[in-house]
Amino acid sequence: MTQFPATVAEPGQDRTLVLNMGPQHPSTHGVLRLVLEIDGETVVRLKPEVGFLHTGIEKTCEAKFYQQVVPLTDRIDYLCPMTNNLAYCLAVEKLLGLEIPPKAQWMRVLMNELTRINSHLVWLGTHAMDLGAMTVFLYCFREREDVLRFFEMVSGQRMMTSYFRIGGLALEPPLGFFEKVKKFADRFPGNVDEYEGLLTGNPIFMMRTKGVAYLSAEDAIALGACGPTLRGSGVDMDLRRDAPYTGYENFKFNVPVRTEGDVFARYLCRVQELRESIGMVQQALAGMPEGPIKADAPKIVLPDREKMKTQMEALIYHFKIITEGFTVPAGEVYQAIESPRGEMGYYIVSDGTAKPYRVHMRGPSFANLQTLAKMCEGGLIADVVAAIGSIDVVLGDIDR
Amino acid sequence: MPLAPPITDIEQLKPHPALARLVEWNASVVQAVKFDRDELTIWVEKGAIREVCAILRDSTDCPFNYLCDLTCVDWYPSEPRFEVVYHLLSIPKKERVRLKARLDGSSPAIESVTSVWPSANHYEREVFDLFGVRFTGHPNLQRIMMPDNWEGHPLRKDYPVEGYR
Repeated sequence: MTQFPATVAEPGQDRTLVLNMGPQHPSTHGVLRLVLEIDGETVVRLKPEVGFLHTGIEKTCEAKFYQQVVPLTDRIDYLCPMTNNLAYCLAVEKLLGLEIPPKAQWMRVLMNELTRINSHLVWLGTHAMDLGAMTVFLYCFREREDVLRFFEMVSGQRMMTSYFRIGGLALEPPLGFFEKVKKFADRFPGNVDEYEGLLTGNPIFMMRTKGVAYLSAEDAIALGACGPTLRGSGVDMDLRRDAPYTGYENFKFNVPVRTEGDVFARYLCRVQELRESIGMVQQALAGMPEGPIKADAPKIVLPDREKMKTQMEALIYHFKIITEGFTVPAGEVYQAIESPRGEMGYYIVSDGTAKPYRVHMRGPSFANLQTLAKMCEGGLIADVVAAIGSIDVVLGDIDR
Repeated sequence: MPLAPPITDIEQLKPHPALARLVEWNASVVQAVKFDRDELTIWVEKGAIREVCAILRDSTDCPFNYLCDLTCVDWYPSEPRFEVVYHLLSIPKKERVRLKARLDGSSPAIESVTSVWPSANHYEREVFDLFGVRFTGHPNLQRIMMPDNWEGHPLRKDYPVEGYR
């Protein structure tokens, strides 16, 4: 762990004080430890300390078959499981050169945007609560509950969904699913108005966020910021638009960009993204194609239960995939997608066997965390809480 | 959709802005290239990695101004054992390139790119922690994930998955 700065080794020599914030601090959203060097109320130096949640997922992946890695990816960024599933599945599909049927792609977009809404709602609720606005938290979690019910409907799980599989989806969405999502999508813009009514024009919220934790566009790029943190600093980049994957090129949406670079700008970006996401959910519902949800690749995709129980050939493939996995041609890919927090990238190296040789996850929170020192140094201690909330860190994603 | 065979001929891949810039600057740093699954990989001389990164970042036609990811692959027991992998992105041109540098297993060390991109700081610490690759010139090369008194580097291939008992 980081050594304490030398200034405290000899007391009385300097005016600064070292303050330990976390890992059990409520505003750190997990187990993030910050070593703050403060002069009165001003932060002179900030050092993030991570690793408390390190579980060695990358090492574990190397000992699993390709299809067994999918449930592990849920546990990295636990607020957006579907996004992780998608990044991993796309990377393996790229290694295999596998074509995904249109319905599976559209379902992936639909679920991804619902995941983004889910993640942003948790961020909005906790961020507002950190800054003293309790009500927003309750409102956000009310809608988040609906989204989690949709996840439960399609996958049987509220958080660790593992719904996307290599080659398609795990299951057909159940009857009545689209109608329920449609009802939610019609109602949700009104809910966003409610949140905005509580926060956007609120003078206390503006005082806590405007001009706080400034990050310039040059610093944001140099420090590797991504997602809304980067867009809040005026850099127009969104992988859904710039490098479309899984059929995002069929959707119309705007990328909200703000140039102020402060906490309020990042807040506005994310709230606008909520509206864009619900627009994409509407488009996905309206244009949902018919057809299969799995690729036609019996050696890679598990057969339907019905077929597996009635046809010998399907049973053999099922047995083979479960016991031996499937081999993936040697090579390497880096597949990046836009998660709610920014660029989520999977770098997978295959040596031609049934287990990945190396899986590396490029976590957006790990990249965004490096901007924290730049944002906070020179500011007040109370603004550190606002800054942490504004980059939306998820510690599972940082420590992996 | 069958996979196209990879292209490894430098002349054929010249149009890619990253390779064109590197060959124009100093062709001897490029050891090998591969274009596979729509992704370009360039193996570069390990001693020149910092200059290569700076050249690509400051390139005028296609500035690779963003370091997406920095990681390492262990090819134990073959030599050179380690490959440090850099994923670069050009935000204005939406181009990507992957740089690789090969390192020996006995005392793996490479120059840090923190002076080119400050964002490399945490990535290099992570690679140092989990692979034991040293980055010379890094401002704060300490373990980041594992405890300070941890023995070994967990992502090396000779480190057992269940750890040492």
